[in-house]
Amino acid sequence: MRPVYVIAGGITKFAKANPAKDFRLMVKEAFDFALADLDGKLTPAEIDGSVISYFSDHFTRQLKAGAMVQDFVGLCPKPHVRIEGGGATGGLCFQQAWESIASGRYEVVAAMGFETMSQVETAKGNEFIALASDTDYDFPVGGYYNGYYAMMVVRHMHEFGTTEEQFARVAVKNHNNACHNPYAQERLALTLEDVMRSEYIAWPLKRHDICVMSDGAAVCILASEKAAEKFCRNPIRITGIGAGSDCMRFADRPHGQVPLLPHERKSDYKYLKYPGVHSFRAGRVAAMGAYKMAGIENPLEDLDVIELHDAYSSSELQTYEDLGLCKYGEGGRFIDQGQSTLQGKLPVNPSGGLLACGHPVGATGLMQAATLFWQLQRAIPKHFGNDKLQVKNARRGLIHSHAGTGTYVTVTILERP
Amino acid sequence: MPTEPRLPEIERGTEVFSVDPLTIRTHFEVDYLHSYKQDTPFFHGLAKGKLLGSHCPKCRYKFATPRVHCMYCGGPTQWFELPTEGRIHSWTVCYFAAQEFLKEVPFTLVLVEFKGVDTLFLSRLVGVERRDIKIGMKVKARFRRKATWTVRDVYFVRPKRDAD
Ligand SMILES: [Zn+2]
Repeated sequence: MRPVYVIAGGITKFAKANPAKDFRLMVKEAFDFALADLDGKLTPAEIDGSVISYFSDHFTRQLKAGAMVQDFVGLCPKPHVRIEGGGATGGLCFQQAWESIASGRYEVVAAMGFETMSQVETAKGNEFIALASDTDYDFPVGGYYNGYYAMMVVRHMHEFGTTEEQFARVAVKNHNNACHNPYAQERLALTLEDVMRSEYIAWPLKRHDICVMSDGAAVCILASEKAAEKFCRNPIRITGIGAGSDCMRFADRPHGQVPLLPHERKSDYKYLKYPGVHSFRAGRVAAMGAYKMAGIENPLEDLDVIELHDAYSSSELQTYEDLGLCKYGEGGRFIDQGQSTLQGKLPVNPSGGLLACGHPVGATGLMQAATLFWQLQRAIPKHFGNDKLQVKNARRGLIHSHAGTGTYVTVTILERP
Repeated sequence: MPTEPRLPEIERGTEVFSVDPLTIRTHFEVDYLHSYKQDTPFFHGLAKGKLLGSHCPKCRYKFATPRVHCMYCGGPTQWFELPTEGRIHSWTVCYFAAQEFLKEVPFTLVLVEFKGVDTLFLSRLVGVERRDIKIGMKVKARFRRKATWTVRDVYFVRPKRDAD
């Protein structure tokens, strides 16, 4: 495998609805944003192919939408492929793009993602997403994702004593971060009381614990070392790739042992049955793969900034544990101590995360990648118009992309060379 | 003189939500001939008031939600009847739902664990207030009298005369 670099990123503003622009035009906007960041040195002619990510054909109301993106941005007749893996679609797309360069197939590739969720009402949107759970056993009883994640955090509360206030604190952190991100959808300076008083959607998850549906697009351009040198002044290297999976029905998951990270011991989890429904085994496996490749032994010490998949405030807390930022069961304390705030030891979701930026599924993982890329380039002030969210001296960061109840998870490490 | 060929005009108009950008209602509907295929015995079981799981004779692993092959050794599993009583492993009350179930809110979802069975079963809990629901609480399967031939033919209630 040869080294792979991110050389540019582009995003649209995520919005509840973007009725004036279809998915092709939104992708084109993000694509042109990325090309403009390279001062016009890179043109579509130098891009060898693309990987296109979008989750639901139901939302798009158009099969083979990827083909329409490819011609709209002017990449025909070059090769392209669509990637789909629920909420992790964007993260999987990024890793597929990495593979196309690492393998030597391409010199420059465009990873392009979008979702247009405003095509239907929110309840219908929830139904489309629920169809990404088992439609014979889980959906027909009224199962849908807010309910599944609620049951997962209820078990986390039971196992570890996690409280509603603790995950509400994640929602407060991320929404307040987003106030400084002009591309975010929900720029709300929420207080703990605001979150705690918002209405229950699926007990104990409340309105502000849950991300919103969005229209949006995001693009990342990846390149080989040679191409990166040619087109970009400050490329960021991809140093770790990891991915994992778990059973579609969370009821089917085992109650076994924790796969340990280098800084953990078996005795840490003597009585814990894992993953059950309280943790995301795919996230742990993805982290293990990425850490091994990047040579990370203690993530809390070795990482400077993280953008992770917080479709629910509760899942950010659970993900701290999967990523080994703290031990299983300590996610609540981790946020209580403020470790993941902008001023904390390891800022998590400085962008505002999915909770506040929005979650146009196929774009989300690439939006996270683009913002982390800017963090490491120290280009947040340039793109956000203020330096509030720039993590000082950020050198190594992590992106985490996650699909429904943890069925697919990707973890990718980026480093400033 | 022959007239030019014409398409007939549409009598029923189109619902327009906004003029610019032009947004109209389009409808999509489909009836599937959906077969449960290898899982058919499970749904037959529900109609007979039985909850069927599957177990792997080689690994001795028991799946509460059935699968015809073992996830661990790949071998074929065998059907077995689950106990009708179990305990709540986790739960939630839904105040919002997918469109199809919006008219049923609020409703309670439970993951049920059965003694000696390795995995869980997702279902509805009926007749228990949110403040009374607890992890570990005993629940009992009930079956619809008239089968719908879906997993909704089973649901759970709190057994009578049960204090714990
Ligand atoms: Zn087996």
